[in-house]
Order: sequence, then structure tokens, then C-alpha cells
Amino acid sequence: MVDLTRRFDVLVIGGGNAALCAAISARRAGASVLVLEGAPKFYRGGNTRHTRNMRCAHDAATEILTGPYTEEEFWQDLLLVTGGQTDEELARFMIHESKDILNWIVEQGVRWQPSLGGTLSLGRTNSFFLGGGRAMLNALYRTAEELGVDILYDAEVIDLKIEDGMFLSAQLKQPVGGRTEVRASTLVAAAGGFEANIEWLKQYWGEAADNFLIRGTPYNRGAILKMLLAKGVQEIGDPTQCHAVAIDARAPKFDGGIITRHDSVVFGIVVNKHAERFYDEGEDIWPKRYAIWGRLVAAQPDQIAYIIFDSTVVTSFMPTLFPPIAGATIAELAGKLELDAAALEQTITGFNAAVQPGTFDHTILDDCRTEGITPAKTHWARRIETPPYLAYPVRPGITFTYLGTRVNRQSRMLMKDGKSSANMFAAGEIMAGNVLGKGYAAGIGMTIGSVFGRVAGREAAKNARN
Amino acid sequence: MHGTRILQEADRLMTVCNSCRYCEGLCAVFPAMEMRRAFSDGDLNYLANLCHACGACYTDCQFSPPHEFNVNVPKTLAVARAESYAAYAWPRAFAGAFARNGLFISLIAALSVAAFIFGFAAINDPGVLYGIHTGPGAFYKLMPHNAMALLFGAALLYAILALMMGVRAFWRAIGEPIGMKTDPKSLLQAMRDAGELRYLDGGGVGCFNEDDHPTDRRKLYHHFTFYGFALCFAATCVGTLYHYLLAREAPYAWWDLPVVLGTLGGIGLVVGPIGLLSEKWKRDPVLVDEQQMGMDTAFILMLFLTSISGLALLLWRESAAMGPLLALHLGVVFALFITMPYGKFVHGIYRFVALVRYARERQMMAE
Repeated sequence: MVDLTRRFDVLVIGGGNAALCAAISARRAGASVLVLEGAPKFYRGGNTRHTRNMRCAHDAATEILTGPYTEEEFWQDLLLVTGGQTDEELARFMIHESKDILNWIVEQGVRWQPSLGGTLSLGRTNSFFLGGGRAMLNALYRTAEELGVDILYDAEVIDLKIEDGMFLSAQLKQPVGGRTEVRASTLVAAAGGFEANIEWLKQYWGEAADNFLIRGTPYNRGAILKMLLAKGVQEIGDPTQCHAVAIDARAPKFDGGIITRHDSVVFGIVVNKHAERFYDEGEDIWPKRYAIWGRLVAAQPDQIAYIIFDSTVVTSFMPTLFPPIAGATIAELAGKLELDAAALEQTITGFNAAVQPGTFDHTILDDCRTEGITPAKTHWARRIETPPYLAYPVRPGITFTYLGTRVNRQSRMLMKDGKSSANMFAAGEIMAGNVLGKGYAAGIGMTIGSVFGRVAGREAAKNARN
Repeated sequence: MHGTRILQEADRLMTVCNSCRYCEGLCAVFPAMEMRRAFSDGDLNYLANLCHACGACYTDCQFSPPHEFNVNVPKTLAVARAESYAAYAWPRAFAGAFARNGLFISLIAALSVAAFIFGFAAINDPGVLYGIHTGPGAFYKLMPHNAMALLFGAALLYAILALMMGVRAFWRAIGEPIGMKTDPKSLLQAMRDAGELRYLDGGGVGCFNEDDHPTDRRKLYHHFTFYGFALCFAATCVGTLYHYLLAREAPYAWWDLPVVLGTLGGIGLVVGPIGLLSEKWKRDPVLVDEQQMGMDTAFILMLFLTSISGLALLLWRESAAMGPLLALHLGVVFALFITMPYGKFVHGIYRFVALVRYARERQMMAE
């Protein structure tokens, strides 16, 4: 039984990678720590359950990484995906700290493995968790428990008492036991974004948000973020920005995770509900482009699109959870997809006619391209002509949102008046917008969580002692 | 479409897992799965027998129940594994022995013990059964050595034949075209993997049993059991060689090789089964195929009875209890031999064959 009458040194709200790294590092610094996870035990850990790797800088190859990935190269990659919309000082700090995280996380019981089969050529830049994100999370929870961190599940925080940027207490609501006031010297908010809150998404996206699928936890409803912003914490990040990919339209509304994704875009064409193409499917290699397709599909009518390819490429990408929809003719396929058959035939015929001869190689930017159609397909363009014709219906799959709380290098929250908070820290998705103004590169979410979680825990423990 | 409901479910899960692959570093099942995009009945039976039931993939899975994808690989493959034993049983008529296996094994065991007691008493005058016999050849006062060797040799040969026929059917079903002997490298690799239970460690942390804290207890108890069994078997072989090559008759002195091997093996075969049973009773029901409990328990108890009766015979071989104890020990061992192809014993055989197949596949991938 957790004694809720006592005053904790550090209160951590959330239960994912960032929260646990904060709890562990605070506890290792000698603080008493309480973790409040809003989800039931099985669903603990927010989106960390669905992750699989982390992007960390390193100067040399390791047992699991094929080569060096310097701080500078990491920074350039981040610059590229965000288009410069990042807090450079904070981002460079995170990249520097990520080097040590590679070892620190192992000391917390997490185990690495070489790059997964069928992943997006990340063997040099990203370290993979043995057994995936939930295994990583289980290890962190085991370590936290062994260190004497108190953890409560189904522990919903319904209110925060904050005065002049100083956290005083949290209102806790539990299914059994009702409401309790929890007091702590410092607060670490690591409660994720608001991607599972469709009503909130609608404020920015309108009715289109009804057609979004949420890839991760249904528990990230942004309640803590909302409270903090309402109580004077400075916000950061574009509220309409999020990490969104194209996932199978047949996926569940929430928590479908990694397995609903599609890697087949570069091998075919993508059409909307009018059977029209709308973007260059071969613009760049898939790892650099997979994260833009969620937004592209979100911009199409009814937020639906169809990846269309033929039977020559079925083994070129990872096997999928949902089977492709097949038709012996384009017209039959169109019928099954409820698309206009004539329109789809016209699109495919036009595309096939535009395909130029070339040498196909999906591992490089090859010379198989189209000419004379808009949008062009600039690489890996091959005629779609070998039945059965196949298709995957896709919708936007939201991973996490970027609106968050502004922090400094101590992971300390900044208030609207520019002052730093006396005792409030933030880590993980809830402050990812500091680093990610837009765009995404695989594994950065976990880097943000581990690095700032560790910093926040350490600083909160120090803060509580003073 | 698959032949059975459980294979249908195994196919569904392998389709889910193959689109995820997070578990590929945990054991051999997932890398073997990744070599395929579709799964035949044989493929699924191969994967089921490759699974060591360490439970790590269940604990690590973001889609395990209560998630709607309801992914429970250890339990599904456990059921499929048990059903595969019956599917490949030889002769086909005995496939039914795998259903209600606990009852079947106990009946055979009870009957054969009774037969030995009755046999000893009927062949000799009852005084012999409860007499005190010491010195070389003491056991053969109750049963001539040649009769004993013939009876047990025949039982063992039958077991080996039945097992080989089962393995042959399995080998064909999993699509292995060529004989094992063509590839000693894979055979050696599989021996190493089986010998150290390489895949019963959750990818390095240990086995998940009663909760989400992994331990190496199951591996340890299994080692006690397996190597205890091997030592006991070695003791029997050495004893037979002593008898025929050196003309030295049992019982042997306590320091003599057959007795030393048998005693060490017997101790392993007491500690191991007790440990395995206690782990089994603690195991999280969500990982367990409850239909199999009878079969597992029966086999573990048979091993335990073998060692306990053997050790008791060693302790009281110079008393009036020797006759009944010998009958008990021989009865249990005889039952163990003839039921080997129709009980939990086969798990080791099929798993070994699956490991050979895996080693070969890995090699072919590398080439």
C-alpha cells in the first residue's frame, strides 16, 4: 500500500519511458518518488508500449550499431526533418546527452538488439529494444520497483494546485478509494500528448479528425497538458502538428500500434477517393518519407487513400496484418474499393504510359521515373500491369501531438511571463514540441523521453532537497 | 485454411507477429517465422515445437490480452504442440493415447508394476519375493537376467521405432526433404541448443513463469531432470556392458560406476521433477494449456517414480523389501519405456528435430 498522506520529494505524472526515466533518476539521486499512471496496469506506459527503438548519437560502432553517428550528423538530420523549427540549444543539448543514454538505459535493465529484420535501414542510427517497447518498459518498471519507487495504476489526476508557477499538490482520483490530495515538493509532468482526444483534435482539424486513427494508447487525452497551460505554463509547438503516418484503414480506432503501418507506398501509386494520384510516391527513400503520408492522406477528401500495386511486388515489403484487397481486373478492384472504375483505369493507364525505362533498385534513388504526368513519380516507377491488382486502404494514423509545455535545459517548465517554474519539470511527448516543431525521424520520440526524463528526475530531486 | 481450429489461430497469430517482429531477438520461433510469408500446417507445427514456452513474448507483447488483437503465442503454440504429438503418433491407432494422457500413463504404469509383482510371485515361490538376497546375481533370483534384458530391450526398441516413425512424419510435414545425416553441422548445433536449453531464457533474462519477473529456475530444474535421466540411462548401459562383457553381475558396490552414475542421476531425477512440478503449479494460467496438465504431470511423476524407486532399491536391496522394490522399479521403468512415444517424452524429440531444422534454415539463409 502506498502511503498517500506523506509528502513526496518528487511526484511523476505519467507512466511511459519519460516518466520512468524521471522516477528512476530521481530515486537514484535519493528522492522519494511517487508515479501516478492513469492507465490500468496492462496499458501502462502510454505510447512507449508501441515503440521499438531510440535514436542516439555515438562516435563509434557498438555491438548493436553498425557505425558512428556523430552529434553533428544527428543535428543535421533533425534540422532537415523539422525544417529548422526546433530550439537549437535544447536540441543540441539533447543530442549530446543521448550519447550517454545508450549506456544509462542499459544500467536500468533495458537490453538492446541489432536492428530488426524488415525495418527501415536504421542499423547505424537507431538502437532497438530487445523484445520491443513493452519489454523496455517492463525493465524500467522492474528497476523502479526494486529501487523503491511507489507506483499507482488507474491513478487519474483531475486537478493540479499551482500558484505563481509553483506546484503545491495534485488531486488524485482512483476507482477504489476516490479522491485524494497528493503533496510533493516537485512535479515531473510526463503524461504524453493529446492525440487520443478527438474533440481536442477537432479544434484544429475540424470534422476530418473523426476519420483519424490513433496508433497508440487511448489514455493520452492531454488532461495534464491542458491544466498546465491553463495555469500559466508557456506553450510551445504548433497545435496542428503531429507525428502521423498512413496506416491501414481497417485498423482499430485506438492502439493498433506498429502492425497497422504500410511500407508499400514506394512500390505502387497512391490514389484518393476520386481515384486520382496526389503526391510523388517515389520522392525519397521510405525511411525519410514515411512520416509525411499521414498528413498527406489527412488532406484528401474523407481522409482516405488507396495504395495500389500489382502482384509483382507483393514480397518487396514487410508482410502485413491485413491482407491486400485483390481484383483480377482494375475494374474489379475499383468495385471492391468503391472507386469509380473508369477513373481508376484512366489513372493507371496514364501512369503506365508515363513510366520511363530504367534499372529498378529500391535501396537507392534509382532512375525509374515518370514523364509528363502530375504529380510525377520520380523514382521506383514501374508499370502496374500484372494481375491480380492489389490495394491497401489507408487513413491518417496519429502517433503523437507536438503542442506542449516550454522547458529549459533542466527540463524545467517556463511560465508565460518567461520566468522558470520553481518546482515543475516536464519530459517526453508533453514537451516534444521544444525539439520537434514539425516532421519526424524514427526513434526521436524515445530520445526526447529518455534524455529529458533522466534530466527532469535528476533536477527535480536536486530541487526537492533545496 | 488449416486442418484444426488451433492451427487456424496459430496462423492468425503468426500473421500478426510477422507484421510486428519486435520479438525476433527472444528465441528461435520468430526468426523462423520471418523466413515465411504464409504458413502451412507443417510450418505451424514446426514453429510450435520450436517454442520452449519461456513466456517472454507474452510479457513483452503490446497486443496480448486484454488487447483486442488477443495475442497469446505461448499458449496457442502449447496447444498446437500437444496436438502435433497426436498428429504424428505411430501407429495412428495410438494417437488417442494423447487425450486423457495422465489416466492412460497411470493405468499402464499400475498394470506393469502389478504384472512384475505377480510375475515374480508366480514364477518363483512366494518366499523368493520377500526373501533376502545379496551378492552378485541377487536380482536375478527374482527374474533371470536374460529374460530381463530381452523384455526391456524389446520395450526400448519398440519405443525407438515408434518415435522414429513419428519423427519421420514430422520431418516430412515440416518440409524437410533431405535426411539429417547429410548435415552434421546442423545436428551438432541443435545438440548444443538443446543441451543448454538456449531458447528457454527469454532472450537472456530468464523464463517467465508466475509473474513478470523472469528467473532461470525452470531451466535449472529441466537440466537436473534431463541430465539426471541421461545419467540413469548411462548407468543402465554400463551395467549391461558389465554383465555381458565383463561377466560382472548386479548388484554392484556403491562405489562402482553403474551405481555412482545411477545415484547421481537418481538425485537429479528427484530434484528436477519436484522443481518442475512446483514451477508448473505456480505458472500463470494465462500461459498454460490446461488440457496438457495431465500429460505433463504424468511424465514428470513417472520420472520421479523411476528415480525414487531406484534409490529405494539401492538403500534396501539387502532387506526383505528388495523383491517388491525391484518389481516396483522394473514396472515403472517398463511402463516409462513403452509409453515414451505416447506422452510428454516426445516433446524433447520433436523439439530437437525442430532445432535441427532451424539450424539448417539458418545455414541456408547464410549461404
